[in-house]
Amino acid sequence: MTARDLFTFRNRHFTAAVGITAAILIVTAIGGFIVLPFAQPWVQFANVWDAICSAAGLPQRAATVAAPEQTRRLSEVVLTSSTLARPNQEAIGRGATLAQRCAICHGPTGISRADSPNLAGQYAAVIYKELHDFRSGARTNAVMSPFAVNLTDQEIADLSMYYAYLPRLPAYHPTPQLPKPNIVIYGAPMRGIAPCGSCHGSLDNKIGSPWLEGQSEAYMKAQLQAFASGERRNDISQQMRNIARAMTPQEIDQAAAYYASQPPDVVKAVD
Amino acid sequence: MLVNRKLILAHFWLAFAVFGIALTLGAWQMFIRSPIGTWLSNPELYYRSLTAHGTVMGYVFPTLVAMGFGYAISESALEQRLVGVRWAWAGFWLIVAGSIMAVIPIALGRASVLYTFYPPLIGNVFYYLGVVLVVVGSWIWVALMSINLRVWRKAHPGAPVPLAMFANVAGSYLWAWTAVGAALELLLQIIPVAAGLKTTIDAGLARVFFSWTLHAIVYFWLMPTYIAYYTIVPRAIGGRVYSDTMARISFILFLVVAMPIGMHHTFADPQVGAGFKFIHSAFTALVTLPTLLTVFTICASVEIAARLRGGRGLFGWIRALPWDNPMMLALAFSFVMLGFGGAGGLINMSYQLDASIHNTQWITGHFHLIFGGAIVIMYFAIAYDLWPHLTGRELIDLRLIRTQLWLWFVGMMITTFPWHWVGILGMPRRMAYFDFGDPGIAPQALSVTLSAIGGFILLASGILFLVILARGMRAPQTDAGPYRFALAVHQPATVPVALNTHALWVGLMIALTLTNYGYPILTLALNEGTSVPAVYVGAQ
Repeated sequence: MTARDLFTFRNRHFTAAVGITAAILIVTAIGGFIVLPFAQPWVQFANVWDAICSAAGLPQRAATVAAPEQTRRLSEVVLTSSTLARPNQEAIGRGATLAQRCAICHGPTGISRADSPNLAGQYAAVIYKELHDFRSGARTNAVMSPFAVNLTDQEIADLSMYYAYLPRLPAYHPTPQLPKPNIVIYGAPMRGIAPCGSCHGSLDNKIGSPWLEGQSEAYMKAQLQAFASGERRNDISQQMRNIARAMTPQEIDQAAAYYASQPPDVVKAVD
Repeated sequence: MLVNRKLILAHFWLAFAVFGIALTLGAWQMFIRSPIGTWLSNPELYYRSLTAHGTVMGYVFPTLVAMGFGYAISESALEQRLVGVRWAWAGFWLIVAGSIMAVIPIALGRASVLYTFYPPLIGNVFYYLGVVLVVVGSWIWVALMSINLRVWRKAHPGAPVPLAMFANVAGSYLWAWTAVGAALELLLQIIPVAAGLKTTIDAGLARVFFSWTLHAIVYFWLMPTYIAYYTIVPRAIGGRVYSDTMARISFILFLVVAMPIGMHHTFADPQVGAGFKFIHSAFTALVTLPTLLTVFTICASVEIAARLRGGRGLFGWIRALPWDNPMMLALAFSFVMLGFGGAGGLINMSYQLDASIHNTQWITGHFHLIFGGAIVIMYFAIAYDLWPHLTGRELIDLRLIRTQLWLWFVGMMITTFPWHWVGILGMPRRMAYFDFGDPGIAPQALSVTLSAIGGFILLASGILFLVILARGMRAPQTDAGPYRFALAVHQPATVPVALNTHALWVGLMIALTLTNYGYPILTLALNEGTSVPAVYVGAQ
């Protein structure tokens, strides 16, 4: 017997194998595409074809449901690991000129004495996102918003690259380096809090998350409280709001104090 | 007629060496996230270890065992020298190169993506290229199995293909086709992103591609075990295979229904239609058929051996079985674990029941019981059975072998039963640490501790296994004679062409893949705007 004798309906093995397989497929398809969709009383279908399309996973727009209206602006920034990945000298030069108006709060070397964030050596993508958010109104601040509102896209990119270029200097509020608190290194698994360090340094860094070593303690506490209360909401997926809401006041204090006490050179270890 | 013993031994030794390393990592992982270990200060180390453990145990170890065993079957069952020995060595060295290439980025922490790849998480490109090399190396084996069978057929026109080789080639075809899913995912989706040519990835489509591989790969792991059930165990315990036809039907059923079922791994994925999930769920239920057929046929074969040894009565024959024979012991352990693991699998494949255990420790418990338990214990048995024929030296210490098998069985039970249990309680899988001080999960501490102790028993058993094999290399020389496979009660003189060739079943396998995967893959591929930015491991 050859292959030609095998693939013919005269061969009962062939007929039985193909027949049984096809029958099972048809029965399961009727079950999955017609019977089961209609067995769900909470879903309404216009006709059988509608049910089949739905069960097949055909992407459909639910025309009858209006998109919920946004009362507050959301962040529109999309970051990838290639965002501003290649800084150039010209852009850094332009950024340096622009940054003169930032120096009054953020310091001439990017290190603040006014409990504003230190920007020297911060990741470019982070500054880029925050400036965009201040400009669009996704993040608001009485001091920052007026500065950001007139910036062009080019200026935002230049500023970001300039500050990323500055060397990471020690901050002005040196305290003895504190041991890593649990919230930074382990998070709180049972409350769904990932470790701070898994995004903000100490363990790992994720795109769009600033490194925090040496930042002002008062500033970090204020931001965590703003996230917890919902006053600040430019974290697109609510990751910081969810975390800050679940943190205890004591954990907020510990995290802020720990990061403030760290020298900036430890950032390099995880860059 | 085992001629290329070095080739086969090289595959087995490499397989068991990497197995030993991955087993040690596994035991460490069990320990470090149990209440008896202190929390890791860097969870990245856990995921690094987990990636290495999964990559070795999932891709490298079983593939090498299947390849080595496949070459042994080809030479001894067909009684002809292996055709394409140079190619076989090339395949072996590709796997060595691929494994090294993959392990370096993992060790450096640049590829902690776990063996399921987890897009949009993207690791170092050399990790994926290493995995591709391993798969390419194994495809050489697939081609060689097919070619060797063809050469034999030419010399023996119309003769029934020996059962071991028929099943072996079926397994190789299953692997060739099932690996295509992951290969497509790697080549079309992940590697372009990892190499920096693209920065976005369609994670949903990638997951569907992976599900194509993810379930049938289990049956590829299973094939050497089933071949051992049918063609080694009855001979080793002095019995006969109850039915050669039943065995062939089991293997071709695996070919047909192992493939179109992988979407039961994506029950919680929104990008797959519910209708397709149902079809895949129903076809998964069909996979129980070849397993139930096998359990029946092997029990009948074992009963034949028992009655030949003077066993009497409805169940009295069980006592007459050669329980001091390691093969008998391994089979019994394997069946017990297959029973429990299979029952758990029925829960995983049920659309509704799965919701309660999805992504919990239950899943890890399940596949360790089935793969690490039922399947791997037969890999040990295969190695013990083949070793004297490969080394020309006897494995003398049967007591040590029995101890090793007992330890593996007991260790696997102690590891996986509590593991299932905490899964039912809702403990998620793939976590580096758990806060057992919290009253919410404090009661699970005992179960997790037990599991970790089981992990150490498994490690002890694994070390013992390697020691036995290594001692076997230096034992006194002996002539083990030609390597033989079990005969059936009625050895077939002729076999219907459908059960003597694979074409029809491979055709049905591909057809069912098209019907069950074609539409979901096409819609996802053609749908614009479904890609998301890649998340690079270790990148800021």
